[in-house]
Amino acid sequence: MPKVLLSGDEAVARGAYEAGCRVATAYPGTPSTEILENMVQYREIYVEWSTNEKVAFEVAFGASLAGARSLVAMKHVGLNVAADPLFSSAYIGVKAGFVIVSADDPGLHSSQNEQDNRFYGLFAKIPVLCPSDSQEAKDFTKLAFDLSQEFDIPVLVRLTTRVAHSKSIVNLEERVEVPVKTYEKMKEKTILLPQFARLRHSCLEERLKKLTEYAETTPINRYEPGKKSIGIIADGVAYHYAKEVFPKASFLKLGMVHPFPKNLVKSFGKQVKRIFVVEEVDPFLELQTKAVLGRLGSKVIGKDALPRVDELNPRIVQNSLLKSALGGLGRISATKPESGVPARPPLLCPGCPHTGLFYALQHKDVIIGGDIGCYTLGALAPHNTMDSCICMGASITFAYGVEKGLGNEDKRRKVAVIGDSTFFHMGIPGLINVAYNQGQVITIVVDNRTTGMTGHQDHPGTGKTLQGKITKALNIQAIAQACGIEKVYTVDPYKIKETKSLIRKVLAEDGPAVIVSSRPCALLVPKNPPRSVSADRCNGCKLCLSLGCPAIEIAQGKAVINDALCVGCGMCAEVCARGAIV
Amino acid sequence: MNKKNTNILVCGVGGQGVLLFSDLLAEIAMKEGLDVKKSEVHGMAQRGGSVTSHIRFGEKVYSPLITEGTANFIVSLEKLEALRYLHFLAPNGVLLTDNLIIEPLPVIIGIEEMPKDIDERIKHRVKKYYLIDAFAKAKELGNTRVSNMIMLGALSNFLDFTPNTYHRAIRENVKERFVDINIKAFELGVSLLR
Repeated sequence: MPKVLLSGDEAVARGAYEAGCRVATAYPGTPSTEILENMVQYREIYVEWSTNEKVAFEVAFGASLAGARSLVAMKHVGLNVAADPLFSSAYIGVKAGFVIVSADDPGLHSSQNEQDNRFYGLFAKIPVLCPSDSQEAKDFTKLAFDLSQEFDIPVLVRLTTRVAHSKSIVNLEERVEVPVKTYEKMKEKTILLPQFARLRHSCLEERLKKLTEYAETTPINRYEPGKKSIGIIADGVAYHYAKEVFPKASFLKLGMVHPFPKNLVKSFGKQVKRIFVVEEVDPFLELQTKAVLGRLGSKVIGKDALPRVDELNPRIVQNSLLKSALGGLGRISATKPESGVPARPPLLCPGCPHTGLFYALQHKDVIIGGDIGCYTLGALAPHNTMDSCICMGASITFAYGVEKGLGNEDKRRKVAVIGDSTFFHMGIPGLINVAYNQGQVITIVVDNRTTGMTGHQDHPGTGKTLQGKITKALNIQAIAQACGIEKVYTVDPYKIKETKSLIRKVLAEDGPAVIVSSRPCALLVPKNPPRSVSADRCNGCKLCLSLGCPAIEIAQGKAVINDALCVGCGMCAEVCARGAIV
Repeated sequence: MNKKNTNILVCGVGGQGVLLFSDLLAEIAMKEGLDVKKSEVHGMAQRGGSVTSHIRFGEKVYSPLITEGTANFIVSLEKLEALRYLHFLAPNGVLLTDNLIIEPLPVIIGIEEMPKDIDERIKHRVKKYYLIDAFAKAKELGNTRVSNMIMLGALSNFLDFTPNTYHRAIRENVKERFVDINIKAFELGVSLLR
């Protein structure tokens, strides 16, 4: 079989395929999105974008309990959304292999936190495998299916951004078909009534005991003998950083980090003089290593030296550990970055429909709950139009909570801005809550007909499935009405004057309302011819700059449009008071 | 760091084709029988922001990330980005950058200022500095999006891979109707520094 260059995400998809997986579900989220996007090429697997991670989890888990191998993938914070079924699934166990993939994001490249999902293994009592490159991402995914089936338990495969989005060479193998088992009712197993759940808890503890024995002998927990002066315990990509800078050290590379291989760590501890635990974010391995080593735990160096914040790299690993162990000897100095280089933050694209909506919301004396998506960037200059970004769906509930907290004396209107995909994901219960509890929140759904930030995935409003099938396109306006909101408006954010006057009108009215700001993502529609500025008419007032469009610059005191970037949306022409943009 | 490996940092602005560049280069290294790793981030980081991709190849590669001060090459599709990542370059490293400047939004709206001495600062730090009019040449070819292939062509003069491997990788990774213009751009890039 051929060797190919795959990302960790692609390798997980390939591993699931080779392992005979039949059902795979996900909600898009960086850095996990490409797992399902790549799974769709394998016709033997049913794949779908589910409405959120809890839904995705339960669908895949249901498939496993029916007897088909299944996988659910999500970003780290997605597992919080799916935490409810996660804990139940550990009690219940599986029928066919069931694999949960969590892609964590140390360094917060595209996330709201750096949570370390290895702790979900301890918390929910399920095994956790941490691959360090693409070959392992594929191998560990396959192993996870086998372990899940053998030990009757869901298995968590934990990636990080540098595993998920790095490419390395992978050996492909053939798919092994695993037939669907015959469906049978398993009342005592699948119904978590207290009298059954109590028994399932005992059974879970038994299953964990067996897994602990397995962790001691599994080939993915590997001792690599080297110099006895330094012993390194590492998992995930941190192993490669450590290997890069301490190639001659002794290593205990842990592929399975929960249950923890106590005896293996104990005997490693006896063989080396000093132990470095190299891991990203939290001291997951370190805490357990110290607990296992008892008095010998004093020779363990971990998060005393290594940072808990941000991702690691070889230089950080080398410098932190040398500094701690040798007082700074052998430190490699980092070359300094140039000073005074202006930042280039991510921004809304030229022609982005959110631009028009945010322009219309600027300078309003309102409190705005923001949400998760491209439009979170509306919180930055020049728009500055958001007061919060908490988690998926929290715009509406935040705005409503502020309303209750400040009470009737506060006359400012409370507004929520939420994307279409996020609305389907977790916005609807919050909207129902507003209507039910007689809130006044104005919810603006910025409907660009796609899941934008993660790279344009379909969702229940687009009329298309992940497998490319045409399906019913759910109507946001009708849903808002069904949720009990009577005032529901639709506006095209490219028509800036109309958008401004509608917002002015709704802010002046009583009662909750929903405004659907509807216009497809500019990256999904053909470009129009670029606009240009008539230099005679432009007086350099810079009003057009408050759109925050990257295609508009100022040169010699006048606005200039970069024709390589401009998509001809015409919003700037509407904003210009002198009619200088044509 | 393992001295035998080649480290190449590619940078630019989201949408310029940094990822296609690095995908092709990694593919080419693999086709030439080397171990290879490359790393970058997707998602929010790509929306018009600063983008980097790390590529490392050689006999055996561990870390997918390049450490500051160890890149043998930096290839930048935009000049301000070259300045931003200059500290990744090894003391004897080679810098190739497009002569294009794209002003970042904080500069456009007047929150931050553009440095006036980009060239001087680069020259001060880098001996092997090649300024290439890739964007302008791509415009002449009729498609500004192939400036990345012009830069790949320019870089190829420094690497020991065969021209055939580059052509194969382009053919396998680019949409069919864009293959010809990409190969043309690549060859133009080769000739610019030959």
